[in-house]
Amino acid sequence: MNRILATARTEFRIALRNRWVAIAIGLMALFALVLSAAGSAPTGGLGVDRLSVTVASLTSLAVYLVPLVALLMSFDAIAGEVERGTLPLLLTYPGGRVEILIGKLVAHLAVLTLAVVAGYGLAGVAALRADPAAAAGLPALFRLTWTSVLLGATFLGVGYALSSLARRPSGAAGLAMGFWLGAVVLYDLGLLAAVVADDGGWFTTDLFPLALLANPADAFRLFNLAASEASAAAAGVAGAASSVPLWQSALSVFVWPLLALAAATAALRKVTP
Amino acid sequence: MTSTLKISELTKTFAGIRALDAVSLTVEPGSRVALLGHNGAGKSTMMKIILGLLPFDAGTVEVCGAAPGSAQARKQVAYLPENTAFHPALTGEEQIGQYLALRGEDPAKARDLLDRVGLHDAARRRIGTYSKGMRQRVGLAQALIGKPKLLVLDEPTSGLDPVSRRDFYALLDGLAAQGAAILLSSHALTEVEARTDRIVILSNGRMVATGTLADLRRTAALPVTMHVTAKNGYASEIADALPGAIRVGADLRLSCGQEEKLGMLARVAGLRDKLADIEVVPPSLEDIYSHFSRRDGQ
Repeated sequence: MNRILATARTEFRIALRNRWVAIAIGLMALFALVLSAAGSAPTGGLGVDRLSVTVASLTSLAVYLVPLVALLMSFDAIAGEVERGTLPLLLTYPGGRVEILIGKLVAHLAVLTLAVVAGYGLAGVAALRADPAAAAGLPALFRLTWTSVLLGATFLGVGYALSSLARRPSGAAGLAMGFWLGAVVLYDLGLLAAVVADDGGWFTTDLFPLALLANPADAFRLFNLAASEASAAAAGVAGAASSVPLWQSALSVFVWPLLALAAATAALRKVTP
Repeated sequence: MTSTLKISELTKTFAGIRALDAVSLTVEPGSRVALLGHNGAGKSTMMKIILGLLPFDAGTVEVCGAAPGSAQARKQVAYLPENTAFHPALTGEEQIGQYLALRGEDPAKARDLLDRVGLHDAARRRIGTYSKGMRQRVGLAQALIGKPKLLVLDEPTSGLDPVSRRDFYALLDGLAAQGAAILLSSHALTEVEARTDRIVILSNGRMVATGTLADLRRTAALPVTMHVTAKNGYASEIADALPGAIRVGADLRLSCGQEEKLGMLARVAGLRDKLADIEVVPPSLEDIYSHFSRRDGQ
């Protein structure tokens, strides 16, 4: 436990000095503020409070931004140590390789949590000031916050795994961006194309919900939209939120971080410095 | 007495090339062993195997009574990698503090450790601003954490100036006196000099020599060279008296085996009246080292 905390403390210090803390907080705050300003238009006709609408917009934002920030922070975690030549020494110290990963995860997750809380907090304050009824959306905002942290944990774990596989920062960066594009953008486009081509057949009814649950970003979106009853404000793939039971998307949101950490551990165990 | 490190018939192959070929070695508590060899001789590979960073193909390795890289072994082994590197954004004190915590010690001891390696003033500066020699000292400081039973030091003196090198060997003497076993590698015999108890020479993955410096000198049996300087006008006369001598101006160069050395000296001393000077040059450390590391077909 002490070893994990020691690694976490060092990694947080490095993130602070590399300006990652400032960059992550700045990014999330900026996007959240832009969204809450832009999201003020469509409230009237929907009959929901302002914050719930903001949460629906923030969900669509987080699904892209949180994985991106997580991958940017994590792609260098192992490959960078290999390139600097610091990994061999670290691996001769007592403690398992999984402890190194958990230590890094704790630090990076702390940075991400700070960024998410800052961004969503600003959006929440903005909504509450404009609409006193917005307090009704607070539980949804809270849910969005902790699920965003779990989504971040998943992509941090994936980043560590790719970093271990690539062993060079440039290769790891390429893999991370490729993964982001595939998991967050192309996956949904592919599903949409398949649904359109299938035209209400077996794929749409049986496989489509499973395919959504199998992707951590889609599961995150499903869970938040289904739980906040604001899916009316969302469009596209998320329209399927109602067809998937809440417990299933919740399970996916909880299980993915563990799977990602397991994959990262397996990949790091294969690294011979 | 149990050995701290026991290696027997260790073999490691990289893509068909034998990096280590049936190497056997034991290191006792309190002894300092120098591992010498050219680039690619297998020194670093052997060290990484001892540390459990690399798997091996055949043979046995026992570190402090445990398997290399096992939790029990890692607790008792300290490592100083070649070209030690650290994260440039951390200060020396923070970095050593982390290593202390990883070994279950109080991070506040970092200052003392840095003092011991002469980095007191730079402790609060970022490692990114350090020179190579200073980074090497940070590496040494982390290797001193928690009284290790075995220290594995990969070219520890590279990048150190002669004074720091002397301080470094003084530190090692202290550790060995407390019972630590030390295995260090180097490119050159001159670097380890008389500060180690035993020397092991690797060449192309094979152990070609082992013993004290005196043992190696004896086994190599390299010829001794004498430089004889004649008084004015006597050069030709002396050259005639000493067949086999090579004349270089007024100087004569003689070469003879170790066992003929005294006889040769007596003959030269017989010509005393005609000589200005005589100098006996024993084989240098570099000569001995080249003798062993080139013996097999290089």
